[in-house]
Amino acid sequence: MRILKSRAARVITAAVAVGLVATGCSSERGEGGDKAGAKDTFVFAGAGDPGSLDPALASDGETFRVTRQAFEALLEHEPGGSELVGGLAEKWSSDPAGKVWTFNLRQGVKFHDGEAFNAAAVCANYNHWFNWKGTYQSSAVSYYWQTIMGGFAKNEDPEAPKANFKSCTAKDENTAVIEVNEPSANLPGGFSLQALAIHSPKALKEYEKQDATAKGDAITYPKYSQEAGTVAGTGPYKITKWNKGNKEVSLEAFDGYWGEKAKVKNLVFRTIDTEDGRRQALQAGDIDGYDLVAPADVKTLEGEGYQVPTRDVFNIFYVGMSQEVNPALKKPEVRQAITHAIDRENLVKTQLPEGGKAATQFMPDTVAGFSDKVQTYPFDTNKAKELLKAAGEEKLTVEFCYPTEVTRPYMPAPQDMFELMKADLEKAGITVKPKAMKWAPDYLDATEAGSCALHMLGWTGDFNDGFNFIGTWFAGYDKQWGFKDQKVFDAVNAASKVTDPAGRVDAYKAANEAIMAYAPGVPISSSPPAIAFGKNVNPPKVSPLTQENFAEVSFK
Amino acid sequence: MLRLVVRRLLQLIPTLLGLSVLLFLWLNRLPGGPASAILGERATEAEVARINRVLGLDQPVYVQYWRFLKRIVELDLGTSTQTGQPVWDEFALRFPATVELSIAAILIAVLVGIPLGYLAAKRRGGWLDVASVSGSLLGICIPVFFLALLLKGIFAVQLQWFPSYGRLSTGLNATDVTGFAVLDGLLTGEFDASWDAIMHLILPAVALASIPLAVIVRMTRASVLEVLGEDYVRTAESKGLEKRVVRGRHVLRNAMLPVITAVGLLTGSLLSGAVLTESVFSFGGIGSFIRTSIDARDYPVLVGFILFIAMVYVLINLLVDLAYSIIDPRVRVH
Repeated sequence: MRILKSRAARVITAAVAVGLVATGCSSERGEGGDKAGAKDTFVFAGAGDPGSLDPALASDGETFRVTRQAFEALLEHEPGGSELVGGLAEKWSSDPAGKVWTFNLRQGVKFHDGEAFNAAAVCANYNHWFNWKGTYQSSAVSYYWQTIMGGFAKNEDPEAPKANFKSCTAKDENTAVIEVNEPSANLPGGFSLQALAIHSPKALKEYEKQDATAKGDAITYPKYSQEAGTVAGTGPYKITKWNKGNKEVSLEAFDGYWGEKAKVKNLVFRTIDTEDGRRQALQAGDIDGYDLVAPADVKTLEGEGYQVPTRDVFNIFYVGMSQEVNPALKKPEVRQAITHAIDRENLVKTQLPEGGKAATQFMPDTVAGFSDKVQTYPFDTNKAKELLKAAGEEKLTVEFCYPTEVTRPYMPAPQDMFELMKADLEKAGITVKPKAMKWAPDYLDATEAGSCALHMLGWTGDFNDGFNFIGTWFAGYDKQWGFKDQKVFDAVNAASKVTDPAGRVDAYKAANEAIMAYAPGVPISSSPPAIAFGKNVNPPKVSPLTQENFAEVSFK
Repeated sequence: MLRLVVRRLLQLIPTLLGLSVLLFLWLNRLPGGPASAILGERATEAEVARINRVLGLDQPVYVQYWRFLKRIVELDLGTSTQTGQPVWDEFALRFPATVELSIAAILIAVLVGIPLGYLAAKRRGGWLDVASVSGSLLGICIPVFFLALLLKGIFAVQLQWFPSYGRLSTGLNATDVTGFAVLDGLLTGEFDASWDAIMHLILPAVALASIPLAVIVRMTRASVLEVLGEDYVRTAESKGLEKRVVRGRHVLRNAMLPVITAVGLLTGSLLSGAVLTESVFSFGGIGSFIRTSIDARDYPVLVGFILFIAMVYVLINLLVDLAYSIIDPRVRVH
């Protein structure tokens, strides 16, 4: 028994010793390890891993957030805003027809691998994308090229869009001319996209040696896009390491940067895929900032002294109606009744962070083309009832789909928002049959296929052009809405063809007015997404397009 | 012994084959498809159709299964729809993290559980017994997910004793040799990296260890109690054998047989338990990858993972049998 006792005592002593060492060392970690390192390392947490280090192959925000620090496009957006300004091109212009775009390039710019930036480099990039073959022509790989420039030099899929890119010419060392076949609403905004950021010609040659392959159930991305080493841009940071196991991408300030150099030497993006996890990591001092802050956490974090700036609104949340799945929705009175029945102000007040706005049309008021003259449908339960009666749909029953296990910048709490709208609709005498679905792929598939009578979705803009919003839904027949109204389609398409910027804004206003007169669905709100930073951080200017430049960050 | 090993390995083939059919059919009957996972929320119907055509997902199920089976036989698990990289590569990248976490958890469970269960049995009815029995009941009742959140909230966020997420601290330039962070630090002499990895392991490992620990305490206790009452223990004691010898050779050795089986099965279950624990701590192992794969309905990863778990279970059972035969020579005879 004595032996046992002494053994037990030894076990306990050992446990206490381990505990003490652990606490001792952890305080060392807190004071010395991380915090000493924190002065030259800024750690920012996103919600998902980037998909690729070559932004041309990506279409998601998590990838662009990382690559934006290393790659620059011909045009950029003003810091903290959505106006186009010069990027790698100091100045740009187009011919009156909107087909010839001339870029006067910035001089003295170097790529991370030492190559010189010039007009030939610009054309090498555009020609590289235009000549993509095989799997690269899949929209899973080249989504943005196809959205902005159409198809390729040789389309391999008969259903691929027709190429709009015509040529790129290096007129001289510092002047690049890009020609397109047709004027497009996506230009010049498209020239600012990360997917069309300029890479070093030397790196491009390496890229061309590797192929993306479609095999089995998925597309395999080329190796260069999955590990740091080959990719090279002109940005204030260069990508040095992608440690996938530790879910972290490391970047280092680029000494040869042409503009104001990054203030913090090391920048690290880490993935923490839960909202709670990101908040707790900030509170624990393990990270210096994070994105996609839950609206419910904003007040808590601010109360604790963290900085939680909100971006200007640049998104729209809406309730879509599918006329083919429920023919009652073909009646304008029914659509208008539903629009009148939903109390948007209440949703904004109770569900959105401060700065949220009720919507009157399918774009936020920060986008050029927003109209003050659209037909509005203020919250009015009685009016809704009258309209339903007039349509002979007093006993209307609709299925209303909503997504679970998801939050989006425009839709922080889908289920709560759904419950409020359901209650509003029921007050107007509409029977709502709820249908909860998992966000991806069930919900997205169902909404895209137009199989929900009512559903809720939204959109965050890529650049400040009305077509990027209303063109997404109303440029032609779309199963999601299930209607054909030539007046609406014509108004939207006409706007996209106007090359004069002021004229195009007027055309978008007219298109918005046509859409809201038709009332295809209910634009609900625009929500300002919040981003959080530690107490000792001088944060960057927050961008409505979520295009923060982390080179602006410093420590207090 | 060799025959046992070969027989067990051969048993793996029909098990995996049957499982692959079930899995494939089940996953393919679910709504949605990888196209949405690849293309995201902006996909149009035409794009989905195009990608399905590119990937051959528009072909009949049996054609797809045949292709899938051929790949499995060639040890090709396909490509993850989320990351665009081969599933094997993704597993190889993340597997060491999960193994490291599982080993840490099982070590905690065994090193604490067996002595605690033994002491509880020896002092039946005493405070340690009552405390360990009720503690283990609590361990089984509290969901691992909740315990993980609780531990993180207290020890990482409030007290800041441990890091709140990940496998290694940011900016720590540890050399990657085997992928096992603790081991790599020891191999390369970067002891700070090993220590850092251990600090990152403690909270998730404690959370993950809770159920195995509880089970091991209870099983050891019950098993020791049973053996203590056996005639041969009394005989040994009455023959005047030293207590240490009786406890070591007769009691513990015999009491350990059911515990070893339990440890084996618990080790297998840890891999699936890691899904939630790893998510809470953003621990870059297979567990958190599986969670995102479920969200994204990443078929190739899910199929590969389930086949892999099945393989692990069979192999662990084999190891348990081998351990049995070492401890109890009678097993070898039968």
